[in-house]
Amino acid sequence: MNQVKCECGHVNPHGTILCEACGKIIEDGTQITAEAVIDMRYEGSARRSQTYNKSMIDKIWNFFSSVKVGVWLIIVTLIASSLGTILPQEMYIPNIMPVAEYYEDQYGWFGRLYYDLGFHNLYSSWWYLLLVASIGVSLVICSLDRVIPLYRALNKQRVIRHESFLQRQRMFGTTSGSVNEKSYELAIQQLKKKRYHIREDNGNILAEKGRFSRWGPYVNHVGLIIFLIGSMLRFVPGMYIDEVLWVREGETKVIPETDGQYYLKNVDFKLEVYDKEKDNEAFGDALDKTGMVAKNYQSDVILYKTKGNTVAGEEPELEEVDSSSIRVNEPLKFEKFALYQVNYKLDELSKMSFLLTNKSTSETFGDITVNLYDPEKVYELGNGYSVQLMSYFPDFEFGDDGNPTTKSKVPNNPAFVFKMFSPEKPEGEVSFVAIQQTIEPLGDNEYKMAFNGIETKDVTGLTVRKDLTLWIIGLGGLIFMIGVVQGAYWNHRRIWIQRKGDEVWVAAHTNKNWFGLKKEIQLVLAGTEINEPSDQLKDNQVDEGETD
Amino acid sequence: MKKQRLIIRTVILLLLGAAVAYTLYANFTKDEVQKVEVGKKAPDFVLTDLNGEKHQLSDYEGEGVLLNFWATWCKPCEKEMPFLNSQYQAYKDQGVHVIAVNVGESQVAVSDFSKRYDLQFPIVLDKDTQVMTAYGVDPLPITFLIDKQGNVVEIHKGQIIAEADVTEMMEKIKP
Repeated sequence: MNQVKCECGHVNPHGTILCEACGKIIEDGTQITAEAVIDMRYEGSARRSQTYNKSMIDKIWNFFSSVKVGVWLIIVTLIASSLGTILPQEMYIPNIMPVAEYYEDQYGWFGRLYYDLGFHNLYSSWWYLLLVASIGVSLVICSLDRVIPLYRALNKQRVIRHESFLQRQRMFGTTSGSVNEKSYELAIQQLKKKRYHIREDNGNILAEKGRFSRWGPYVNHVGLIIFLIGSMLRFVPGMYIDEVLWVREGETKVIPETDGQYYLKNVDFKLEVYDKEKDNEAFGDALDKTGMVAKNYQSDVILYKTKGNTVAGEEPELEEVDSSSIRVNEPLKFEKFALYQVNYKLDELSKMSFLLTNKSTSETFGDITVNLYDPEKVYELGNGYSVQLMSYFPDFEFGDDGNPTTKSKVPNNPAFVFKMFSPEKPEGEVSFVAIQQTIEPLGDNEYKMAFNGIETKDVTGLTVRKDLTLWIIGLGGLIFMIGVVQGAYWNHRRIWIQRKGDEVWVAAHTNKNWFGLKKEIQLVLAGTEINEPSDQLKDNQVDEGETD
Repeated sequence: MKKQRLIIRTVILLLLGAAVAYTLYANFTKDEVQKVEVGKKAPDFVLTDLNGEKHQLSDYEGEGVLLNFWATWCKPCEKEMPFLNSQYQAYKDQGVHVIAVNVGESQVAVSDFSKRYDLQFPIVLDKDTQVMTAYGVDPLPITFLIDKQGNVVEIHKGQIIAEADVTEMMEKIKP
């Protein structure tokens, strides 16, 4: 039999310390309190985990039910989280060499070790997620295991309490001799004025208020769990999108993750800086010290939606939906998406002009403008002059084999192989032209491509963000705060006034702020014949904090 | 009552366990979540090749297609090109096609590269990276094997190391 019957007749679950109904100390051999004051934590109810420890399920349950285990899980997670901040995580390192090499190259043996231990991707490692998940599990089980018995105990409590319960409350006092009925009535009146709920049984009084403050910690835990669920939902496909979109000025690009539905045109990108002359002169000194300070990053964009169904790669028919300016913290929003300004690149080369020039006479025979994103094959100059673009390397470097190659498709360092045709050289002359260098691989040429200026364009870097989990996380946070307020700003106070023989006993309990309780008792008992109870712990100067 | 409690505990633990398991699973597969999945239909596209000819994927139904995404600046792409080239020639009469999608580069740069390696298969230009976005390609190279029904049979990420691998791929999608 896993139940204990108290002498008041109430049947308590096994593990109960104080009878749920009358509060008598149940001594089953394990819990004999020699203290003057009883431990009122969880009302002395049986925490479910303590009851038995038999099946595997019970063992797992009991493990997670322990607050000690919960605290350790939090400590271990904290330490693990801090480890991940020692070196940058993988997603923040530049993509220039294999990850393992990068860590060793930058941070030596420690970097190597860091990588080998998997700390370069700590926050999405299986063990880290498992730790966080365990905290969540511990939260659920700890709460369930405590809130249900606590609820039962508070719900089942009787007005008349056992003598040992009253005697061993921290606030306790007796009044001998007869106490007139007027004193009772006055006390009840004054209790009601203080917003106590009064229950009476055979001339005994239980006055209680602020019980809901006891649920604060559990409301708080519910909030935390909703918060965790919200962050878990980020892993569900479609709930959370975080993509990068680079668009050059004048370019129209498909917005990723929109199924080819939306296109964005970058009309203009602006980077504005504070100007000593134009802006508030108070900034003058600071600007002198630090130089350039950015004032505004802005992309003027046009949002398009495709009309009808087009196959990817086909020129889509676009319809303007919106045109706006994206600034930092002022995204462009459409459907569930938001486009944020996060990055930029100024003055990316877009066009280069050259003059076909006779080297000896410096005479020119027309100029060509090469679009660096989409150069043409042949540039006709008339009168028998033309230039053919044989090879093009937008981001030129010499490869391992000594041949020119390109590092990327971005025209960071364009290089060209031109073949120049002229009436004197109808078979053409080959010239390799890169920035600041010209190579004539097939011997001396008569003509050259003389550099004649550039055109540049700015590129804007946007984040494409969709987050359907945000409101859940927000809701979790709100409930968390409600729980904190509920538990912190209200106190659960109970005052018992009971007749025992010809004496009147007064006992009181609160879950926090004993000083406030004492003040309140003073007011309640003022003008009555009932003595104020005294603080049995006063000599020890112990002030308890929260008991939950 | 004891039995009931065991059942409740088991159910709660199972629920929590399932949530944890799902989170772990979703986290480890998040990098592999592709727009294109094996066993599903490959997204259709239309692109123009270096010779100005249009290629639409759905026109190839009934035949196998090896769809390769690449760029001239991508070294691993460069290395696998000769394998694709020679296997293309071996299999072109057996109903297997190779379409190489160049991602975002200019005609001049690509045709120069193509000439250097004497590439025979059609190279189509995905200038504004629409098709790359539709296929969720990142990083290069990546190779999709598409069977005669137009379904994706296999996705090979990264460089193809040996010519024999290409042969194996071709065999898989041979109609």
